[in-house]
Amino acid sequence: MTASTTERPAPIERALREPSVVSLCAARAGVELRQFFRERTAVIFTFALPVVLLVLLGSIFDKQIAGSGIPASQLLVAGMIAAGIGSTCFVNLATSITSDREDGTLKRLRGVPMPPIAYFAGKIVLVLVTAAAEVAIVLAVGMAFYDLPLPADATRWATFTWILLLGVIGCALLGTAMSSVPRSVRAAAPIVNLPFLILQFVSGIFIVPLTTLPAPLQQIGALFPLKWMAQGFRSVFLPDSAAAMEPAGAWEHGRIALVLGAWCLGGVILCLTTFRWQGRKDG
Amino acid sequence: MTDAVRVRGLRKHYQGSTAVDGVDLDIAEGEIFALLGPNGAGKTTTVEILEGFRKRDAGEVRVLGEDPQRASRRWRYGIGLVLQSASDMADMTVAETVRHFARYYPDPRPADEVIDLVGLTAKAGAKVRTLSGGQRRRVDVAIGVIGRPRLLFLDEPTTGFDPEARRQFWALIRLLSAQDATTILLTTHYLDEAETLADRVGVIAAGRILAVDTPAELGGRATAEAEVSWIEDGTPRTLRTAEPTAAVRELADRLGPEIPHLAVRRPSLEDIYLDLIGSPQ
Ligand SMILES: Nc1ncnc2c1ncn2[C@@H]1O[C@H](COP(=O)(O)OP(=O)(O)OP(=O)(O)O)[C@@H](O)[C@H]1O
Ligand SMILES: [Mg+2]
Repeated sequence: MTASTTERPAPIERALREPSVVSLCAARAGVELRQFFRERTAVIFTFALPVVLLVLLGSIFDKQIAGSGIPASQLLVAGMIAAGIGSTCFVNLATSITSDREDGTLKRLRGVPMPPIAYFAGKIVLVLVTAAAEVAIVLAVGMAFYDLPLPADATRWATFTWILLLGVIGCALLGTAMSSVPRSVRAAAPIVNLPFLILQFVSGIFIVPLTTLPAPLQQIGALFPLKWMAQGFRSVFLPDSAAAMEPAGAWEHGRIALVLGAWCLGGVILCLTTFRWQGRKDG
Repeated sequence: MTDAVRVRGLRKHYQGSTAVDGVDLDIAEGEIFALLGPNGAGKTTTVEILEGFRKRDAGEVRVLGEDPQRASRRWRYGIGLVLQSASDMADMTVAETVRHFARYYPDPRPADEVIDLVGLTAKAGAKVRTLSGGQRRRVDVAIGVIGRPRLLFLDEPTTGFDPEARRQFWALIRLLSAQDATTILLTTHYLDEAETLADRVGVIAAGRILAVDTPAELGGRATAEAEVSWIEDGTPRTLRTAEPTAAVRELADRLGPEIPHLAVRRPSLEDIYLDLIGSPQ
């Protein structure tokens, strides 16, 4: 090296204070949360949507389901928890990553010394916080208006936890993969929302019990995670006698775990193969 | 002296069209280099290849001793970027944004100092989305310099700046260059900017480098003919000559102690530039 290069302050040699991956993950999470909660109207509509849907549907399905003694509204609440996870993890995450790609966030982060994991960690924290808030709000509405009983035993809470986690992970991975489909943020909302709407429909979120749907629609719904998440949450919040209203007449916990697990695995593969840091126009 | 940037035979095609067509470029450590060229000349493409954003189709590229296509996170510690367009961090304040990006570097400049350097102290608490175009651009510049880069890339950094902001930016660039010997590669459409800042300028058109030299020497500017103009018998006259002093002396002898409306003009960087890119003047 020549004299002129050695007299310069050399940041790489002073690597003592090299930022840790953990601190950068935390920094990204801070940015994600602040950006999300500062967009007030988006926040309100995100959290109001399942509540409004629940109240509207609850006024339509306001009877007990024949021969079971279980109010239809309680089935709706369980389904709406699943849909809330789908909307925060799949719809919101897909649009927010599309927007990051379009407004230069991803490119900027690519150009600073950020370990890629920090970006995803920020999104994971955002998705966990918003999904948890959404679930809490739906549960609160269910308890306040529809006498939804909270389970008392630990087994049911354990079921709740693993279904929640697998559901959040699976939906978030699919949302991340989906973010590469729209070419722009303006295209993102319709492109992401349409499949999600269809999925909610065929997964028995809007119409209860699920078995009242035509069989072919039920079969389509059974291919995707949402139906299984909703079924899982019903198994947590409804008495075991309600299992008779499921298509298989049972809660099928094993199958729920299998399908959600498979979607998580498929989601990982989809993300690894399709994720792009740059927009199509960036060459 | 080692080179901060070394490029040989760089080529880049986009579906059918060639954006960069055999570029060679050397930028010494500590140098300020300005890349000039018309819209679509290939400036952004070249710079983004050097920054590690785009893949090249052919050629050899070394930036701070590494191939940007395969560079590590540590390599990025030494690189500062101001991209041609960005609208991220809209809901964060200026101070939050600058502080956030400071966290990625082992030895960042103090955020407040950088905000002051780009003249945004009064706006430090404002959300980025509320800034004007030029103020937003200054945030980009702040992010570009926050990590004390050894090499700073600036793609049209002063587009949208008012004259005062531009002077302030020039002062910042000179400071970085003098204080930290930062190597700087900037693209610009403002020839006065290139002339005042750059140690050397390169002119690129249709993906090829047409000339590289100091602003004073570019395209034979130093030895180019000067233009002498004056008014004689009520009509404007001009003369192009390599010896303007002799011409003026001859005119003074002929037209008396004061030559009416005398002007001697050396070709400006703009004249030379337009000449190089073959534009009719
Ligand atoms: N992602 C891309 N896909 C296809 N063509 C591209 C892409 N990026 C640039 N080009 C083309 O390559 C050429 C060079 O573009 P580039 O952006 O490098 O020009 P530039 O010199 O930066 O222009 P400007 O002064 O307008 O910023 C142009 O003809 C442009 O249309
Ligand atoms: Mg450009």
